[in-house]
Amino acid sequence: MTEDRPIIHPYIPNSVSAVKKQMLKEVGAESVEDFFEDVPEELRLKKPLDLPPPFLSEHALKRHVEGIVEKNKTCGQYLNFLGAGCYQHHVPAVCDEVNQRGEFLTAYAGEPYDDHGRFQALFEYASMMGELLNMDVVNVPTYDGFQAAATSIRMASRITGRRDVLISRTINPDKLSKIRDYCKPELEIKLVGYDPETGQLDLDHLKAEICATTAAIYLDNPSYLGFIETHGDQISRTAHDHGAICIVGADPISLGVLTPPADYGADIVCGDIQPLGMHMQFGGGQAGFIATRDEERYVMEYPSRLFGIAPTSVSGEYGFGDVAYERTSFAVREEGREWVGTAAALWGITAGVYLALMGPQGMAEIGEGVMCRSRYAMMEMEKVKGVEAPVFQSPHFREFVVNFDGTGKTVEEINRALSARGIFGGKDLSEEFPELGNSALYCVTEVHTKGDIDRLVSALREVVE
Amino acid sequence: MSQDITEHRYENGKPKLRRFHQARWDEPIIFELSREGQRGILVPEVEDEIRDRVGDVMAPLPQYMRRKRPPKLPEVSQPQVLRHYVRLSQENLGTDLNIDVGQGTCTMKYSPKINEQLVRMPKMADVHPLQDEATVQGILEVMYRFEEILKKISGLDRFSLQPGAGSAAIYTNVSIIRAYHEARGEAAKRDEIITTIFSHPSNAACAKTAGYKIITLYPDEDGYPDLDALKAAVSERTAGLLITNPEDTGIFNPRIQEFVEVVHEAGGLCFYDQANANGILGITRARDAGFDLCHFNLHKTFSSPHGCGGPAVGAIGATQELSKFLPVPVVEFDGSRYHLNHDLPDSIGKIGPFYGVAPVVLRAYAWVMSLGPEGLREVAEIAVLNNNYLLKRMLEIPGVSAPYARGKRRIEQVRYSWEELARDTGVHSEEIGLRAADFGVHYWTSHHPFIVPEPCTLEPTESYSKEELDEYAAILAHVAAEARTNPELVKSAPHNSTIHTIDHAPLDDPSQWAMTWRAYRRKVREDGESGPTKE
Repeated sequence: MTEDRPIIHPYIPNSVSAVKKQMLKEVGAESVEDFFEDVPEELRLKKPLDLPPPFLSEHALKRHVEGIVEKNKTCGQYLNFLGAGCYQHHVPAVCDEVNQRGEFLTAYAGEPYDDHGRFQALFEYASMMGELLNMDVVNVPTYDGFQAAATSIRMASRITGRRDVLISRTINPDKLSKIRDYCKPELEIKLVGYDPETGQLDLDHLKAEICATTAAIYLDNPSYLGFIETHGDQISRTAHDHGAICIVGADPISLGVLTPPADYGADIVCGDIQPLGMHMQFGGGQAGFIATRDEERYVMEYPSRLFGIAPTSVSGEYGFGDVAYERTSFAVREEGREWVGTAAALWGITAGVYLALMGPQGMAEIGEGVMCRSRYAMMEMEKVKGVEAPVFQSPHFREFVVNFDGTGKTVEEINRALSARGIFGGKDLSEEFPELGNSALYCVTEVHTKGDIDRLVSALREVVE
Repeated sequence: MSQDITEHRYENGKPKLRRFHQARWDEPIIFELSREGQRGILVPEVEDEIRDRVGDVMAPLPQYMRRKRPPKLPEVSQPQVLRHYVRLSQENLGTDLNIDVGQGTCTMKYSPKINEQLVRMPKMADVHPLQDEATVQGILEVMYRFEEILKKISGLDRFSLQPGAGSAAIYTNVSIIRAYHEARGEAAKRDEIITTIFSHPSNAACAKTAGYKIITLYPDEDGYPDLDALKAAVSERTAGLLITNPEDTGIFNPRIQEFVEVVHEAGGLCFYDQANANGILGITRARDAGFDLCHFNLHKTFSSPHGCGGPAVGAIGATQELSKFLPVPVVEFDGSRYHLNHDLPDSIGKIGPFYGVAPVVLRAYAWVMSLGPEGLREVAEIAVLNNNYLLKRMLEIPGVSAPYARGKRRIEQVRYSWEELARDTGVHSEEIGLRAADFGVHYWTSHHPFIVPEPCTLEPTESYSKEELDEYAAILAHVAAEARTNPELVKSAPHNSTIHTIDHAPLDDPSQWAMTWRAYRRKVREDGESGPTKE
C-alpha cells in the first residue's frame, strides 16, 4: 500500500487518506502508531505478516475460493448413504430464505427491544420443540448434540448431587470422548453393555451397575447404531427407583412417529437439531437442544440462555427476556452454571421455521417415510450374498448396521468400489465397534427414492458377488 | 398535505437524528396462526412398491413407543410462515442495519455478502463430513490454508478449528492445560487458574467448569492488571493464566510479557484470549509475548456473521510442545493431498461432532484473502483510529468518562462510565441504551460485575464511517442531554420500539416464568394442558 497509490478497501470506509488524516488531526495524533504506545517495542511485529497476497476485487476473490471449493464432491453428485450424526434431509427453501436475512444473520446480542424478532423466533423454536418433545422447557441451542449430552449429564449430577453416570455402550464413540473430556473433573463414567442380538441396552447389566451414587443413565434413542431402544420405560423406571435421572438423546425428526422420551420417563431429553432444516455443510450445521420439565431444580441447572415470554406495559403485547439470568456465567462469572456464550442460535431459528412448515402432518409423514425407506433398504441389501442387514434384530429408524463379513471384503474396499460408482457407502464401524466385524452404518432418509436404493443394491452386488 | 423533512435532515449543515421507529408488526405467536389442515411444505411420498414390500413399519414397535397423538405443532401455509418470519426479522437489528458499535468486546464488523454466497454454494452446503477424503479436498484445503494464516498472525505452531465459539475454545484450552500437567504428573497439585476481571467471564466460568479454583486479578489504579497481585497469586498450585489483551477496557497491558514469565516460572501455562485481536492484527503476536496457547473468534475478528449468537468458531493455537494435546482430527497436507489426522495419541480427544463449523472457516478464509497482509494491518489501524476518534467524541459529552489510563490511547474499544450523569440525573446506563434504541442503534452496558460503574463498552471496528461514528456519538449526546432536561423521557424508554416496557418480574418467578408457549398457556393463560409429570 504505497502513499501515491493507496488501496481503498471497500470494507473499510475510513481508509480514504483524507478522512484518515482528518480523524488523526481531530484526536491529536501524528499517526496511527501513536495509538499503540502501550505495545512495547520488543513485542511489535517489524514486518508485514507473511501472508499470501490478496484477491482485491470481489470477482477475483470469488474465482479463487470457488476454484478451491470446486474440488469437493457433493451429495447431489454422489448418491449418499452416510449419516452418523449428520443427515441429508431436504432443506425447505423457506429455511434458507429466513436464515440468510441480514437482520437475523448479522445480529448478535441485542436487547429484547431492538431484537424483539430474535427473542420471539427463538421462543417459538423452543415452543415447537416443546410440542415435539412433550416438554415445557427448551434452551436456546448449544453448540451441538455432543455438548447437549455432556451438559445434560452435568446438570443431572448437580441436581442429584451424585457423581456416577451410566452410559449405553452403543453411544457414538466420538460423543463419548466429548462427554469424558467434559465430565472429567467431576464424574465417573461407566458403560452399560448391549445385547449382541438386538443391540438393546442390557437391562441386567444396568441393574447390576446402578446404585445409590448413580446420578444418571444416558442413552440415545434411536441409538447411534440406528435401532430403536424398546425398553425406555424400564430403563427410566430403573433410574427412578434408584433416585437417578434418565437422560435420553433423541432425534427430533423421529418424533412425528416415535413416542417422545418424556412419555416413557425421560427427565432430560437432548440431541441435535441439524436434521430440522440445516444443510450438512461438512458438519457445520449441528446445534444442540436440552429439554426438561418446568421444575425449578431443573431450570436452575441449565447453563444456557432460556428465553421466556413476559407482559409489557401494553396489555396483550408479548415481550420476551432471559429467564433466571442470575444462574448464568454472564451474570456471575464462575459462580454460574458451567458457561454460556455464542453457540448456534441461527440454527435454532431455522429449526423453528422447519417445524412451522412441517406441522404435525409433515413430521408424521417424514418419520414414517424414513422408516419405510430404511426398512426397504435393509430388506433389499439383505438379499445380497454375504451381506447381513440389519445386524441387530430390532426395529430401526433411519440408520442400520450392515455386516459384510460374508463377502470376504472390508468395508473400506467396498466403499472404495462404491465410490467409483458414484455412491457414498455407509460409515465404516470396524474401528469403533470391532466386535461387529466388517460392518458399516447405513443411512436412508426421505430424499432417497426406490430407484436410489435399488441402485445401491445393484452396485453392492457388482462389488461383492 | 405533503410534508417537508428537509429541515429535519440538516441543521446548520449537520445531519439531525433519524426519525426512526422500529418495525411493529404486532406479530402473533406462530401457534396463533395455526389453521387446521394447512400445510407449509409437502414431504416426498413413499412409493407404492416400497410400501407394499415393507408393510406396516410401525408394527414391530411396542405400542408405547408409537406416538399416539401427533405433536401439536402449528399448521400454517407456506406464504404465511414466510411472512411471519420476515416480519420477525424486521423486528431485529443486525449489523446490516444499524451502526453496531454498541456491542463492545464482540467486534460487530461487516460480514461481506460475497462470502455468504460462497458458503451457500452446493459445493459447501451439500457435503457430508464423512465422505471419502478424496471428495472433500476443497474444504480440507481451505482449513489447511486458514490454519497457515492463523499461524502467521499468532506466531504459534498448530491450530484446531473445531471449538464451536470463543467459550468452547477457552474450555478446550483449559483441557489442554490439564492434559499438559497430567503428562507431567502435576495435575492433582495444580488446581488453580488465574484470570483477570476484565477478561471475558467465560475465562473464569470455563476453568471453573473444568474443575479449577479461580483466582481473579483486579486492575491497578491505571487500569492495568496488577502484576504484584499476580506475583502473590502464583504458586505450585498454578495450572495456568487465562488473560485477554487488550482487555475489555481497550487498554493494552504493556507488561504482558512479564505476566507470562511470572506464570511460566511458577510452572503454569499461559493462554491468550484473543477475542479482542481486531486492533492488533499484524501489530503484535501471541508468540512474541511468550504465550503457549491462544484463541481467535472467527465470528468476530474474522468477519463471519454472528447469527443471533452462532454458529461460530473459536480457533485455538498451540506451541509445538502443546500441539500433541490438540483435539483430533487435525488437517495435514502431504504435498499432494489434504488429510484428516486422527492419530494423536496424547490428544484430549474429540470435543464435538466432526470438524467444527466449516462454513465459518470458509468465510474467515475468504475475508483474509480479500485483504492480504497490508489489508489486515489496515483493519487494525482503522479499527483503532475509529475507536480513538469515538473516544474523543464521547468525552465531549458531559457526564461520561473513560476510567483508567487517563490521557492514554486505547486499542479497539473503550469501557466508558456514565457515573457522573447518573449521579446528576438518576438516569442509568441501561436506560440510556433503551433510549438510544429509539434512534435505531443497539447499545449494551457491559459484562457483570460492573467494576466500572454505569458502564457501556463501545467498539467501532473498521467497518463504520466517520459520519456513522459521529451519528452514534450524537445519539448518545442527545440522550445524555435529555437525561438532564427530561429524565423521565429517558427512564420510560423505549418509545419507538417494537414493544413497550417489559415486566421482567415473571422471568425470575418459577410460578410464572414460561419458556414455551405450552407453559405460558398452562401457567399464565390457564387454557392449556399440563406438561409431563414425573411418574
